[in-house]
Amino acid sequence: MILARAEQATRRYGDVLALDRVDLDVRAGELVGLLGPNGAGKSTLLNLLVGLRRPTGGRVLLFDGDPRDPAHRRWVGVTPQETGLPGSLRVGEVVDFVGAHFPDPVPRAELLDRFGLADLARRQTGGLSGGQRRRLAVALAFVGRPRLVLLDEPTTGLDVEARHGLWEAIRAFHADGGTVLLTSHYLEEIEALAQRVVVIGHGRVLADDSVAAIRGVVGLRRVSLTADELPTLPDVVRVERDRDRVHLLTSDADQLVRDLVTAGVAFRDLEVRPTSLEEAFLTITAESRPAEAGVPTTA
Amino acid sequence: MQYALAHARYQLLELVRTPVAVFGSAFFPAVAMLFFVVPAVGDDAVGATYATAAMVTFAVLSANVFQYGVGVAEDRAQPWDPYLRTLPVGPTPRFAGRVLAGLTLTYLSLLPVVLIAALLTEARTTAAGFALAAATVALVSVPFTLMGLAIGYALPSKAAIVVAQLVFFPLAVGGGLLTAPGQAPAFIEAIAPFLPTRGAVELMWTAVGDFRPEPVSMIMLAVWIVGLATLAGWAYRRDEGRRFS
Repeated sequence: MILARAEQATRRYGDVLALDRVDLDVRAGELVGLLGPNGAGKSTLLNLLVGLRRPTGGRVLLFDGDPRDPAHRRWVGVTPQETGLPGSLRVGEVVDFVGAHFPDPVPRAELLDRFGLADLARRQTGGLSGGQRRRLAVALAFVGRPRLVLLDEPTTGLDVEARHGLWEAIRAFHADGGTVLLTSHYLEEIEALAQRVVVIGHGRVLADDSVAAIRGVVGLRRVSLTADELPTLPDVVRVERDRDRVHLLTSDADQLVRDLVTAGVAFRDLEVRPTSLEEAFLTITAESRPAEAGVPTTA
Repeated sequence: MQYALAHARYQLLELVRTPVAVFGSAFFPAVAMLFFVVPAVGDDAVGATYATAAMVTFAVLSANVFQYGVGVAEDRAQPWDPYLRTLPVGPTPRFAGRVLAGLTLTYLSLLPVVLIAALLTEARTTAAGFALAAATVALVSVPFTLMGLAIGYALPSKAAIVVAQLVFFPLAVGGGLLTAPGQAPAFIEAIAPFLPTRGAVELMWTAVGDFRPEPVSMIMLAVWIVGLATLAGWAYRRDEGRRFS
């Protein structure tokens, strides 16, 4: 059963094309990670799916209906931006207020306990730390016993312990049969949670595959060295030169170093670093900028 | 309805947590009562009653124009507002909750004026007159609520504060809220019937005393309500179009 679907969904803001003919199906029981750099169109896609925005072209369906109809949002949980929580209200009051919109909300104490907020029920949200506010915001997505939650960067800015706590809560929801669509900047987070990854860039779906397959694409290494001349090397995705410093992006750093040694290249100051997600995206998105989108086959 | 009550409760909680917001809308009318009404006409039963009714209208004007004008503009700027639109309930309960909370705050801000009138002046009305006046408050809230909504939906919060202040004072003085019936300077008497505050205060005077409202004021009040409703509706739809289409 498909809980959320985008069919050739297009969204323009004036002259800006934020989403360009995006197809996406989220099936019941899936845990899908939506990965993409800032401005890629992730938030626009989520806004279409929860009915905050109307697609300019194509259509979006939520539980087989228009998400702009409140009835179709009955089984969806969404996270507010934690900066928007009403500062003068207490944590418990915010939970009760949001819960009042659902027929069978999770009791306040149970929800707060699940997200490690039990001690804070009487605190005003304005007095919470950033991490506590974030946890409350994520907890609100679960108050209506949803079947599908849409989490927009649920753990950005959290410390490691808090992040792992939230991951546990998301995993537990998924283990109970819940469906999750989450966006993240962090490859690590997607790897820890998701089974399926959808990479978005320039408003298009660039890749839609298993975590392992996507890791092969974005799991590039940056091999930096100082050398005058280099032979042609296999499996190098991109070459950058910074005076006498050369940066090679490759999916197989070990093989590249072996090739360099075998070829007898006079190099020094060798460095091998994982590329940031940003660099990997630049690579993927740069290659797929032409209208033909799909998984680049460099891996 | 249950959703509207949840929203009203939520809005009132927010207000109560910032008591200065409640205090602010009750302060001006109460001070005006103490400075102008009590010493000037406090001993004159008819004059004090009319002056109290005028101060009540003044309080209704300020409570509504400010809380809707500034409150709506501020809410629109918060990311919490779009979040609420993702909940499985349409925008109507939120709106109804806001109006319920607005009326509650309006009545609350009238308490000091009524208390001062009862304790420190000769202002008197019958039980029926009092009940009629209380109901009239809800009626005369309509144009000022619409005015506040138009300001709140049309303008960003910083501009909304300024515009609310700009329209509030001339409407109060120009409508003759600070003067007894027929006692205002000639030019105010001339323009007053064309302002919504005049029609509102005449209805209040009629409720508490022996006053006949002027047809011109009543017609103009109706014109204002229609005009302000159109303006508020336009501003609301424009805001929806910008943020949610």
